Amino acid sequence: MPESLAITKISDLANPTRFLGLAARILPWMAGITAILFAIGLYLTFSSEGDYQQGMTVRIMYVHVPAAWLSMMCYSVMAMSAIGTLVWRHPLADVSHKTAAPLGAAFTLIALATGSLWGKPMWGTWWVWDARLTSVFVLFLMYLGLIALNRAMDDPGKAARVSAVLILVGFVNIPIIKFSVDWWNTLHQPASVIRLDGPTIDKEFLWPLLIMAVAFTLLFFTLHIAAMRNEIWRRRVSAQRRMAARMAGHAPVKTSAKEA
Amino acid sequence: MTALLLRDLKLSVRAGGGALIGVLFFMTVVAVIPFGVGPDLNLLSRIGPAIVWIGALLSALLGLDRMFQTDREDGSLDLILMQEHPLALTVLIKCLAHWLGNGLPLVIASPLLGLFMNMSEVAIGATMLTLLVGTPALTFIGAVGAAVAVALPRGGLLVSILVLPLAIPVLIFGVSASYAAVEDPAPFMPPFLILVAITMFFAVIGPIGAALALRNTAD
Repeated sequence: MPESLAITKISDLANPTRFLGLAARILPWMAGITAILFAIGLYLTFSSEGDYQQGMTVRIMYVHVPAAWLSMMCYSVMAMSAIGTLVWRHPLADVSHKTAAPLGAAFTLIALATGSLWGKPMWGTWWVWDARLTSVFVLFLMYLGLIALNRAMDDPGKAARVSAVLILVGFVNIPIIKFSVDWWNTLHQPASVIRLDGPTIDKEFLWPLLIMAVAFTLLFFTLHIAAMRNEIWRRRVSAQRRMAARMAGHAPVKTSAKEA
Repeated sequence: MTALLLRDLKLSVRAGGGALIGVLFFMTVVAVIPFGVGPDLNLLSRIGPAIVWIGALLSALLGLDRMFQTDREDGSLDLILMQEHPLALTVLIKCLAHWLGNGLPLVIASPLLGLFMNMSEVAIGATMLTLLVGTPALTFIGAVGAAVAVALPRGGLLVSILVLPLAIPVLIFGVSASYAAVEDPAPFMPPFLILVAITMFFAVIGPIGAALALRNTAD
């Protein structure tokens, strides 16, 4: 059965050594493909003509839109890992959602910053309390809160389970926040809401955008797998340090026992 | 269950409990606003419902991190974890007690603050009603944060940071229902009913999430 096969594949990966082996094999490939896609995407971005209204600033879109997509995809990845942590106690899931949080925060920050830079020439202001801006900003705050929570606890296993609960509660909440913020804005400033819908996308814009989106997604997974690998190594180092400290503590006790 | 409710209520009302402090903090926050924006009564009456709501939100967060922490310190949390009742139900009861001790005083104090803010009678009534319906949701959301705080050496501030983004929908609909009662074109019922729905929703999600977090933080 293909389904059970997939499950055994994933549970095989629970062995960190196997994961490290896989990571070592696919990381160079992923990094290479990401670099190539970025080269193509950036070339297309800069060779394409600007929009007749927005001029050069439309190129911000090729960074802004993929980053915004990824900021949401990253939270979904974290939510899936959180389920893995709570339901299957999958050790890699712990590592996965812990390392995804800073990446998500980074992509969200990129989306916010580029959006702000784009907003200044187009809308005449750095920031609008528009529905989408507000909900992305809230998402950013949630990422930072989760990072802070992970940092606040010493025991990685406990930190992972507790933040998994919070990730899931947050995941249920994101649609509500999104929806409520939409609603709030349509009530209070019905006419003046400036939307991020952008221009109706022409083929000329669509292709570079799609390539950049794929490049960004691959970038995320490359960084994520690399970060997971680093986190596993970091945990091994700290475990070995603890073991060394324990050995060092035991040695004098043994000798004293012999003396007695 | 009733015993637990009464016990938590007594603890929250007696010295060292957060009930009075919460109301005091609420009044202080609201009293500080006119110093910031100036004593313009028209302006105050316009932003009044929002200020009262934000004050209530902040003071609801104030006592949250103690919700399970005190139980952990005196060991009763372990007993709660061991008993046969579903843990989510126990958490729900604890939330109710916490709300009766900390949330309800805020609701009762809100008309007075509404008078300070030069709000009309209708606006005061609407704000009180929305607070009555909305503050339980804050407690239920906060229960998850409080359960997480049990695992933290110093939880307080972090809990507020984690809980505040989740509480945004409650604030939005609470304030918009309060305004809708005053301003003519907007109907009062839709935002109010959505607020009720959010409270019901979190009455389910909050205790379940908090119970899950408590089980996982237990050593």
